[in-house]
Amino acid sequence: MSTAVEACGLGKRYRQRWALSDCSLTVPTGHVIGLVGPNGAGKTTLLQLAVGLLAPSSGTIQVFGRPPATDAETLGRVGFVAQDTPNYSSLSVADHLRLGARLNPRWDGDAARHRIERLGLDPAQHAGKLSGGQRAQLALTMALAKRPDLLILDEPVASLDPLARREFLQVLMEDVAAHDLGVMLSSHLVADIERVCDYLIVLVDSRVQLSGDVDELLASHHRLIGPRDPEAQPPACQEVIDASHTERQTTLIVRSDGPVVDPAWTIEPTSLEDLVLAYMARGSGSHGSARASQAGAAT
Amino acid sequence: MIEFYLDTKSGVAPYLQLVQQVRRALKLGLIGEGDRLPTIKEVVGTVAINPNTVAKAYRELEHEGLVAARTGVGTFAVKSLSDPSLAEHGRLRVGLESWLAEARAAGLDEESIEALFRERFRASSPIEAS
Amino acid sequence: MTWLAWRQFRTQAVAALVLLGAVAITLAVTRPGLVSSFQNVLYCKGVLACASARRGFFARDSLLRHLANALAVAVPALIGVFWGAPLIARELETGSFRLAWTQSVTRSRWMLVKLGVVGTASMLAAGLFSLAVTWWSSMYDQLQDSPFQQYDSRDIVLIGYAAFAFTLGVALGAILRRTLPAMAATFLVFFAVHITFSTWLRQRLLSPLHATSPFQWTSMGYQLGPPNPADWALGTEVVTPTGHALGQLGQGGSLFEGFQIHAGTLIFQGVGACRVKVPAESLRTGNISQAVQQACVASFHLRQVTTYQPASRYWTFQWIEMGLFIVLALLLAAASTWWVRRRLP
Repeated sequence: MSTAVEACGLGKRYRQRWALSDCSLTVPTGHVIGLVGPNGAGKTTLLQLAVGLLAPSSGTIQVFGRPPATDAETLGRVGFVAQDTPNYSSLSVADHLRLGARLNPRWDGDAARHRIERLGLDPAQHAGKLSGGQRAQLALTMALAKRPDLLILDEPVASLDPLARREFLQVLMEDVAAHDLGVMLSSHLVADIERVCDYLIVLVDSRVQLSGDVDELLASHHRLIGPRDPEAQPPACQEVIDASHTERQTTLIVRSDGPVVDPAWTIEPTSLEDLVLAYMARGSGSHGSARASQAGAAT
Repeated sequence: MIEFYLDTKSGVAPYLQLVQQVRRALKLGLIGEGDRLPTIKEVVGTVAINPNTVAKAYRELEHEGLVAARTGVGTFAVKSLSDPSLAEHGRLRVGLESWLAEARAAGLDEESIEALFRERFRASSPIEAS
Repeated sequence: MTWLAWRQFRTQAVAALVLLGAVAITLAVTRPGLVSSFQNVLYCKGVLACASARRGFFARDSLLRHLANALAVAVPALIGVFWGAPLIARELETGSFRLAWTQSVTRSRWMLVKLGVVGTASMLAAGLFSLAVTWWSSMYDQLQDSPFQQYDSRDIVLIGYAAFAFTLGVALGAILRRTLPAMAATFLVFFAVHITFSTWLRQRLLSPLHATSPFQWTSMGYQLGPPNPADWALGTEVVTPTGHALGQLGQGGSLFEGFQIHAGTLIFQGVGACRVKVPAESLRTGNISQAVQQACVASFHLRQVTTYQPASRYWTFQWIEMGLFIVLALLLAAASTWWVRRRLP
């Protein structure tokens, strides 16, 4: 498995605040990677560092073995759609495709035009007059027609209605299937993207809390339910990620290398969403209490 | 052609859901022996899931001996799961449809119909009986 | 990339073409009338007829003339404000740079092509405008004393100014990142530089020449004498026989302008007490005769030294100034490109 993005001690500071600190990760090619974290965790910063829109304050980042955006070739291998899907509002849809054709050597004009037709976009319409979903589709079309090796999307579905969201992900997955494209997309809600991701990175408070293959993560994490005990210790060889307590019940999310066998606990698999929430809670330092009231309300 | 769907709330792994849906289609005769399954690209174009999930499901089905992949051509069903009782499906389906019409006309809501069916289904299950 | 730079510039280019066209048509339409009026001036006979022909000529289209001259000075500023300032600032403001910088062109290439396309258009537009105004004003200019009088709105300096104003706008836009503040700043900085240069630096581009002539006093006061009215006079200094400078002519404060009577002596202002005999009657009444005045001034043996730039240097100045501002423009372009590459966002 080769590496698409490699970050080593990567950090970015704005004035006094570190938007991203000490970030080290290796992102493999050929996967759909979900970058999840609460707002302000540093997801946009990390993605923009990866495409060369930002320069690191500390550490290094390399994309396909080179620093990002250094030359036309490296730029050509990575596609990017920023959070607000920027475009040139006075240029028409057709002009945007022409822009892509002139600025990208690998441009697939036929595929782009075909997709615009399928989406029902009017090529003569000014980009400023498009709806949110249409803008997202135009941005995605342009990014895909560039034929990158890695496509990076910053919160692509956050502002889309469910139908637009579904259409966006359909188009994206079709291209992934057809061209073996690597994708990295961020969201503050894992539910939005879990159906398409097979690799996950959790970012909280400007640090990486978790990263790995989704199947492996789900296989190595378990939910343990037992009678209420604030001091509860998990069976050996397990790391407690998060603990929550209600009146009668204690729930632990644990990570273990092997299978868990312990009659004292009821063992269940975790959903990806619960897993992410557990790491987010751990990352932001808020353990039990807040989640206890949540769990209490649920039961 | 089979149409896949994903139930995100079911707790069942997505690839297993696809496997189950193929098996069900084979049972119901919607896919026959030699029929081509949708390509991965076609599946993800409608269901919007990771292509690896579909690949995994097809690999699992191949492992179970239900389908076979032919490079460059596609994935094909090699076995039909439908049994002789398939012939009865048509008649039974019609009966079921009229029962449902009756139940609805009697004023039962969706939940009650389902609950009624499940209760009788369980009660009449051969395992329960013994 | 050239296509994109041009496509983004298209509306502004069309607007400029329309304006240039309107200007050209207005000037072309009014010129024939000017030509015939000018013929009257050239071939007039007699003092009265000539004077009235001149009056008639100057009165013709005078508003348009002033407007053309004012516009010529304003055109580079407008180019800087409307073509230069938004070039980068608008992209930064709307976020479209996130689209542009993630295609397959580097920031340097993006900058250089944009600067090249619009910068060339700027110089072309200013050049064409200057050409139109110069052509239309040529007859009027012939009747002027010095070519330096309309220096700012003629010939090739405007090309240099346009290049400078444009790159100034681009640089300020890249630094301030907001279009409207960049436009305002470009306007202010450009005029500050322009005014500073034209009132103070321009005359120092080449070492001025000096012409010495005797200081004479007439019934109308002193006589200013640049060697030639066509030359650009920078100042006249009154100098004693020993070479000691007493002051500048025409600076105000009534130096060298008249006489004073103090303690029974006649004093020529700015110089000193007269060394000639003054009738006591004149000292008492304050009525000094012309002969006495002239004798008094002559007794000092003053000279006036005029510092000036000869009219023959007009084109040298134009070329130097244009070249200087183009070099400045290139420096600003390089600085903007460096800024965009290294310091943004």
